[in-house]
Amino acid sequence: MNEFKRTPKPRVSELPIAAIIPEPGNSKYYFTGDWRSVRPVINKDKCTGCSLCWVYCPDTAIIKVEGGKYDVDLNYCKGCGICAEECPVKAITMVEEGED
Amino acid sequence: MKEMFEVRWHGRGGQGAVTAAELSVYAAIEEGKYAQAFPSFGPERRGAPVVAFSRFSDKPILIRSDIYNPDMIIVLDPTLIKNVNVMEGLKANGIAIVNTSKPAEDIIKRYNFPGNIKLGVVNATRIAMDILRMPIVNTAMLGSFVKATGIVNLETIINVVKRRFRGAAGEKNAEAVRRAYNETVFVGGDG
Amino acid sequence: MGMECAAAAALAAKLAMVDVIAAYPITPQTHIAETLSEYVANGELDAEYINAESEHSAISACIGAAATGARVFTATCGQGLALMHELLPIAAGWRLPIVMVNTNRSLSPNLNIWGDQSDSMASRDCGWIQFFAENAQELFDLVIMAFRIAEDERVQLPVMVNAKGFYCTHVIEPLIILDQEEVEKFLPPKKIQKYALNPNNPTTWGCVAFPDVQTEIRKQWDDALRNSIKVIREVFKEYGSLFGRNYDIIETYRMEDAEVGLLLMGYACGTCRVAVDTLREEGEKVGMIKLRVFRPFPFDDLAAASKNLKAIGVFDEAISVGGVGGPLFGEVRSALYSLERRPKVLGFIQGIGGRDIKVDDFIRAYYEIKSVLSGEKRIENDFMFLQVRE
Repeated sequence: MNEFKRTPKPRVSELPIAAIIPEPGNSKYYFTGDWRSVRPVINKDKCTGCSLCWVYCPDTAIIKVEGGKYDVDLNYCKGCGICAEECPVKAITMVEEGED
Repeated sequence: MKEMFEVRWHGRGGQGAVTAAELSVYAAIEEGKYAQAFPSFGPERRGAPVVAFSRFSDKPILIRSDIYNPDMIIVLDPTLIKNVNVMEGLKANGIAIVNTSKPAEDIIKRYNFPGNIKLGVVNATRIAMDILRMPIVNTAMLGSFVKATGIVNLETIINVVKRRFRGAAGEKNAEAVRRAYNETVFVGGDG
Repeated sequence: MGMECAAAAALAAKLAMVDVIAAYPITPQTHIAETLSEYVANGELDAEYINAESEHSAISACIGAAATGARVFTATCGQGLALMHELLPIAAGWRLPIVMVNTNRSLSPNLNIWGDQSDSMASRDCGWIQFFAENAQELFDLVIMAFRIAEDERVQLPVMVNAKGFYCTHVIEPLIILDQEEVEKFLPPKKIQKYALNPNNPTTWGCVAFPDVQTEIRKQWDDALRNSIKVIREVFKEYGSLFGRNYDIIETYRMEDAEVGLLLMGYACGTCRVAVDTLREEGEKVGMIKLRVFRPFPFDDLAAASKNLKAIGVFDEAISVGGVGGPLFGEVRSALYSLERRPKVLGFIQGIGGRDIKVDDFIRAYYEIKSVLSGEKRIENDFMFLQVRE
């Protein structure tokens, strides 16, 4: 898992004026995936590529992969389970994050 | 108890780490001790790592800063350890308690725990699932806390737990406390 | 018993049997507002709880209610207090005995929910009595005493009890509470003031005042706030004799033979005491001066506490941006200026936005003071940010 890229303790001299953040979209560097206690597993054989999981994911943590199917971006997935709930063919199961 | 005993609790938002710290403090106050509990202040979302603190002393506690060198850390969720440095600042010869299904030696090796601490392990998740049917381990961890430190009596913790969770829930949580107390095993340290 | 600071504040308001609470939630005041609304909802407190749509409306409702003679309580902090700002002088200038707990929260920017004194300091000229509480016990006691002081005929001014956000709201610790009987004996019976808004006896409040009278109106108000110090002292004394907890306007710790005093307000006093003990063990002659009352400014008590000192370090948890330093520092220095033997006064800013204040911070500051005294060092404008990465 990548390290969260930011300077957690900037110096006065390093701050942009008014502490404005000049880099757009840098929340993508904040991996919220380590908050999970369960994660979705998508069965590619069952997946029909309907994209409902992608539509419903509140976190843009479902990504399109080859073959028109979908998979989970574990860097951001918080394990809310909405994708599993919405999948019309029950291709998604929620699995406990073990200690491993 | 030595001058001041400081504990840091590690959990995820929604697991009850803050409540556990609070209940340990209510118990100590009930026994006439001085104690202080506070969460790592801030907005807490379900699942995000959270930290709570409790201090115990026989004398009035004047200090009101964060705890940097705890005497003890308690980890409610083992999946935290790879993301959060739970050992940070733990005093040499300190105590760590981890909720895990693995044996203590495993934990020490995998996470490179320092050799001079005493490690207690308990499968609090299993206890909670068996008794409460939910993986909420905070009350079970209180049982481990008592076993590790003896700062408060088991019965006082049980009373406090029963007051917080009324009726059947109180009884069940009390059972979880007792079972964790019995099942926590320790390795290392001065014994 | 063990209680959360915020819960203790709410309990104090409940025991005072307030009639009206108008509030808007804002972290970290929320536990106070929530606890009080629970008391009202379950009938434990017979009061009107107004869920105002903003803090501006909340304080307006408080003013309206207090003007009719109701006993009123509210709580807020940070941006909430700032949103109330235009009405705070009205609450005070109209001589309304409203009691507010302000859970000291940092003013934006940036969005910071944690505690510092910038919010109450930004309102220091609004004419309210201002106390600073160190812990749950003090918060509880000060809120109860606030009602007594505010409603005293010689005072009739609103009281803001400040408690550092999180460090003095969300901490659970032991305290001794009073029971309803004790509070009822201590607080005056509720009384409707002479000119209260009442259709049967109409009065006009806050009318236009031309330049030829505004000065006199201000002076009357300033006199009242200044003179309230006598009543505060009286009430503190009576509380002590009734309940055994003696509060002074200024409290000193190990100052008997001190050469340097560390002066501050609020929650960090506890940690400062530990620093003083540590320094004393090293043979340093240092003590702590704790201000419990910030408004009215305690000139005499401060002068008495500062006698024979070589230096005072004043600790602010706010900065008067572009001003003479921390707000408390500026005021203390000004108040001590006319003393024949003035101690060197140095200011230290710490705890901004909830940054933890450690024992070490006080110790560092102490050694800064020492090196200034010995001539080794000069601090520009006599104040510095103690915890900053330049």
